[in-house]
Amino acid sequence: MGDRRPPPVPVRPSWFARLRALPPDDPKRTLLFALAVAVVCATVVSTTAVALRPRQRANREAERRVQLRDIVARLPGVEALFARTGASEVETLAIDLATGAPAPSVEAATFDPRKAAADPTAGVAIPGDLDVAGLERRARHAVVYVVKDGGRVEVVVLPVEGSGYGGLIRGFVAMRGDGNTILALSFFEHLETAGVGARIDDPAWRARWQGKQARDPEGRLRVGVATARLDPADAPYQVDGISGATITSEAVGNLLRYWLGDHGFGPFLRTLR
Amino acid sequence: MNGPWKILFEAMFAQNLALAFFLGMCTLLAVSKRVGTALGVGAAVVVVQVVTVPVNHLVHRHLLSAGALAWAGLPDVDLSFLSLIAFIGVIAAIVQVLEMVLDRFAPRLHRALGIFLPLVTVNCAILAGSLFMVERRYGFAESVAYGFGSGLGWALAIVVVAGIRERLRYSDVPRGLRGLGIAFVVVGLTAFGFLAFSGVELR
Amino acid sequence: MTSDLRAVLTEPIVRRNPVTVQILGVCSALAVTSQVATALVMGVALTATTCASNVAISLIRGALPRSIRLIVEITIIASLVIVVDQVLQAYAPAMSKQLSVFVGLIVTNCIVLGRAEAFASRSGPWASFLDGLGNGAGYALVLFAVATVREVLGTGTFLGATVLRTVAAGGTYEPVDLLLKPVGAFFLLALLVWGLRAARLAPDDEEAS
Repeated sequence: MGDRRPPPVPVRPSWFARLRALPPDDPKRTLLFALAVAVVCATVVSTTAVALRPRQRANREAERRVQLRDIVARLPGVEALFARTGASEVETLAIDLATGAPAPSVEAATFDPRKAAADPTAGVAIPGDLDVAGLERRARHAVVYVVKDGGRVEVVVLPVEGSGYGGLIRGFVAMRGDGNTILALSFFEHLETAGVGARIDDPAWRARWQGKQARDPEGRLRVGVATARLDPADAPYQVDGISGATITSEAVGNLLRYWLGDHGFGPFLRTLR
Repeated sequence: MNGPWKILFEAMFAQNLALAFFLGMCTLLAVSKRVGTALGVGAAVVVVQVVTVPVNHLVHRHLLSAGALAWAGLPDVDLSFLSLIAFIGVIAAIVQVLEMVLDRFAPRLHRALGIFLPLVTVNCAILAGSLFMVERRYGFAESVAYGFGSGLGWALAIVVVAGIRERLRYSDVPRGLRGLGIAFVVVGLTAFGFLAFSGVELR
Repeated sequence: MTSDLRAVLTEPIVRRNPVTVQILGVCSALAVTSQVATALVMGVALTATTCASNVAISLIRGALPRSIRLIVEITIIASLVIVVDQVLQAYAPAMSKQLSVFVGLIVTNCIVLGRAEAFASRSGPWASFLDGLGNGAGYALVLFAVATVREVLGTGTFLGATVLRTVAAGGTYEPVDLLLKPVGAFFLLALLVWGLRAARLAPDDEEAS
């Protein structure tokens, strides 16, 4: 009589081993593979983006500060002005755009105009017919920079932006204390085409803005960029566009018209006069 | 001429994706040997572009851009860095769906377009259309206009180049320039011609 | 390095150059070459991406299901491109602004996807890495050549430094504006291909046109 051994109990292979044993094109395996790829890629991308975000933000801030310092440093007579007033740099001032009055409640150092514009309470929609700069929304407040002599504002630097050919154009326009005469224009962020629209960075083109007036003696807003022939009657207010860069040139004209107009810094500039 | 129409015509001519921005060149150079095939790819590009640009606009506006997820209670989240991957995913998915729809409802058209549809997925002009739409901050109507215009513009470019190259088949092209070289010259001259449109102002 | 591997690395630089022979990556070869600096950064970015994606795809080539092959490759490449873009934005912001859309377009750059499909999906990781390096170098070389001509003759500068003083800056050189437009780039590439073929460094096309 032989031993009656119990029949061998089949050992179930592990879940993972069963997966590996499936043919590569099996739907279950395909799905899990896709999921794994998605998770790995998402993790790598998100980690990188989050880790580098502070540095990117710092870069943008630094760029803006450099541009601000640059535009101020190049203003005619600014050294004498600083010597006279005893100041060494610009004063920051937060204002309410609708009234032009100071807005002490706004934290100027951390104010982000783009973020405020998108926010439903801190920003406001720009009516279609007034939105010549193509911005759709803007913040209720703005941070401007002034150089004062005694109590009087001698120079004011305004942040401006508008829709350009390749994307958003952002920069500063410096004006005299009369709130009407442009001293300088400079852009710190834009995506315009190198050699064409990007020539708004050319010192020669930028120099043309010096002394241009925003409004005529009757108070009409006439600042702009002429893309066709520059009419001599418009010469005190407008600058010749860059040949071959019509859209960029128009964009600059439009953003100036918006921000120096009544829906932009108009009310604030009026308080200066 | 108001916004969307202006965008459509500008995308077709002055800002032609192929001739002003060099996008979709690989496909254009490879497929522009016969007008028939050029028309096929061009049609595929138009259809895919007019669907993907507005869809990607919605994805970007309601899921990815800063503050977009406010409806889900996450107003501080900014997922715009995922745009690239999201857009290409949407494009691949739409091309796949399009293939299946055509196969089911228009099998003859599906056979005619054949291999061109998958080719469209990796056409840089398609992805660029969505990327430009984000950068220029177009709205929904403008996205549709831009998708249509940019697709048509690319199709126009490839058909024109194909027409010229077909004619050149019996010309005596120098040996070193045959094929790729003369193709570049033809595209260059066509781009030169389209340069004239940048002087056209649409009112 | 075995001679096989050496060939993998050196062939794509001239003899099987991705742009002039394989006709891949042409879009960006034309778009970013108006300045040498941007061309070089783009070359480096593409090389890095191709190497990384080639290695990644080579590592998973055994387990990759056929039905989702293309989309998985694209996903991996897109993720790598996003990483490269983020790094550029963090450590070279001015350059990143100039390259803007075109770094994103590395995703659909035929070179990256082309090499992934043609080589990395059937070769080992080290060979794939070398292939990425070789193709990237070939691409960068073409970009550098075209950009040099366009920048020097189109704006009178090289890497930003003045080489030919233009009339606008008080000199005597009248820059060839047309070289900065798309036309110029196309013509330069045509001449480059012609020159390479005449020098027997690239194969002729069999077709007449």
